[in-house]
Amino acid sequence: MFLETVSLALSSIRRNALRSFLTLLGIVIGVAAVIAMITIGSGTTDKVKADISKLGSNLLTIRTGQPPTPGTAPVRARDFEMKHLTALEANLAGAKAIAGASQKTVRVVYGTESLSASVTGTDADFFTVRDWSVTSGRTFTEQETRGGIPVCVIGETVRKQFFGSGNPLGAIIRVARVNCPVIGLLESKGTSGFGQDQDNVVMMPLQAFQRRIAGSNQVETIYVSANDGVATSEMQTRIETAMREIRKIGPDQEDDFNVRDQTQIANAMSSTMGVMTGMLSAVAGVSLLVGGIGIMNIMLVSVTERTREIGIRLAIGAQEWHILTQFVVEATVLALLGGIFGIGLGLGLAALASYAFAIPFNPSLSVIVLAAGFSAAIGLVFGFFPALRGARLNPIDALRHE
Amino acid sequence: MPGQPFIEFVDLWKSYGEGEAQVNALAGVNLRIGHGEFVTIMGPSGSGKSTAMNIIGCLDTPTSGDYKFMGVDAGNLDRARRAMLRNLYIGFVFQGYNLLARTSAIDNVELPLIYRGAGRRERKLRAEAALELVGLSDRRSHTPAELSGGQQQRVAIARAIVTEPALLVADEPTGNLDTARSHEIMSLLTRLNEDRGLTVVMVTHEAEIAAYGSRTIRFVDGHIASDVMNKDHAHVS
Repeated sequence: MFLETVSLALSSIRRNALRSFLTLLGIVIGVAAVIAMITIGSGTTDKVKADISKLGSNLLTIRTGQPPTPGTAPVRARDFEMKHLTALEANLAGAKAIAGASQKTVRVVYGTESLSASVTGTDADFFTVRDWSVTSGRTFTEQETRGGIPVCVIGETVRKQFFGSGNPLGAIIRVARVNCPVIGLLESKGTSGFGQDQDNVVMMPLQAFQRRIAGSNQVETIYVSANDGVATSEMQTRIETAMREIRKIGPDQEDDFNVRDQTQIANAMSSTMGVMTGMLSAVAGVSLLVGGIGIMNIMLVSVTERTREIGIRLAIGAQEWHILTQFVVEATVLALLGGIFGIGLGLGLAALASYAFAIPFNPSLSVIVLAAGFSAAIGLVFGFFPALRGARLNPIDALRHE
Repeated sequence: MPGQPFIEFVDLWKSYGEGEAQVNALAGVNLRIGHGEFVTIMGPSGSGKSTAMNIIGCLDTPTSGDYKFMGVDAGNLDRARRAMLRNLYIGFVFQGYNLLARTSAIDNVELPLIYRGAGRRERKLRAEAALELVGLSDRRSHTPAELSGGQQQRVAIARAIVTEPALLVADEPTGNLDTARSHEIMSLLTRLNEDRGLTVVMVTHEAEIAAYGSRTIRFVDGHIASDVMNKDHAHVS
């Protein structure tokens, strides 16, 4: 009986293929949006997590100021300078490496080629804290760092652009009009979870960067990596104490800097994604509601069109529940079809996005099953009223219907 | 047939509307039909013959008075129980055939058995037997659109008898057919009545068609105007 009802529903849907398809669009779009969003979202989260773990799990980042909190005035923050960095290096116990860094995007020229790259001024410890090594050549010497001598370690993208298959070491590139010999080549990191090319970079000693490129004494960021066996939370407290001392912050004053570890950055990231997912879900929800109303409408039309058929069925002995089941199943099958199309479309979009942004494609089976179940439920709920209307028809009137 | 009447109306009224606008489609009708009779109902439109037929077929209920079908107080049954009575004991044939469109002959014939909850094999066997009885075994996969009017009506008759009902209710079954086709259908109904003891109640406009019955009841203004045994009926003994 049930299988017959389903095949009856399918043949009725097939008979009105175009109309059925148009009716389904709402559900198709809604489900596709949810599936694409969740699949892309989880892929991005995985990618970001992987990137962050690549940075080194015991890495702490110190920046000036505080992340803005709604309802409070922003803390006025003085820049970090070289003296703060030196003082921290002298006072902090348990740190494996400490590196200051400033960054600016400038034009880099070699011969007739030029590109816009992210230039970072830093010291040799930077490569330790960021767990980033050179594949050929070397990093900065103590002398180069202290003397502010412009020498460059370049990323893979810069190398490819300027030197192709040739050897970059010893070549002199111009970084914002500063002549800078290439001394090292960085290992490739690929694209970040945010879609940035992490290899389009040039590194040079911090003091050279400050004097020749930035024109300021600012140190934007201080990276600290803790020794193995020192917990990041413990390290964070030590940094905060040391920095308050160095920056001469009174006991009743707020910190004018912030220390964050990678898990906190990851969490901030996923909460942002959560908000986005929530908003898109709301849009998808509206689309599904509209889809449901569409189904209700089409089922009302279907019941009216088939009044005579209902009359015949009732006359030859169908019970109300037979008719009710027939139309509810039809609505459910219709909505489920929409759901299946939507899942297909959503996965297709997600696969496309994962290809375009180089993020992992990992569809979740539970989400797919849930989406299919939810679409069927929409059919069930919105199909019920029209079906009931059909089932309650008076057989004599229904038979007379033209 | 002596004893318990198969169909019985006792002072049966059917009214539509209220107050001034009230119309009595049936006004105190008394009627008895025995098992195995072939009754034709005639009368001008608005005479109450269709209303009477709907009540006999358990599609409708009287406003007052009693309707007894096979000894059951069918006039006071609820919708679900009347549907069950129709499914188990009554077959319907309509003027417009009323087959399901885009559905094969055999699937149309199987339909009442589905609502009875019969299994797939039983349905196939019985539907094939019914189609054979009406001489359409070779048209089993044809849809109504691929069948002539006479053939469609024979499929409808197969659908009506596939459940082996006790009563066949026919509403102008030859109304849409030419003379030759009409006589084919009437021969079929006569055969079912005689060979299987199927009680037939049929509404018609044509005296020639009515003559196939063993008894003709004429309705006028909600009353029975005449009720005669048909002398011409070839098989009246």
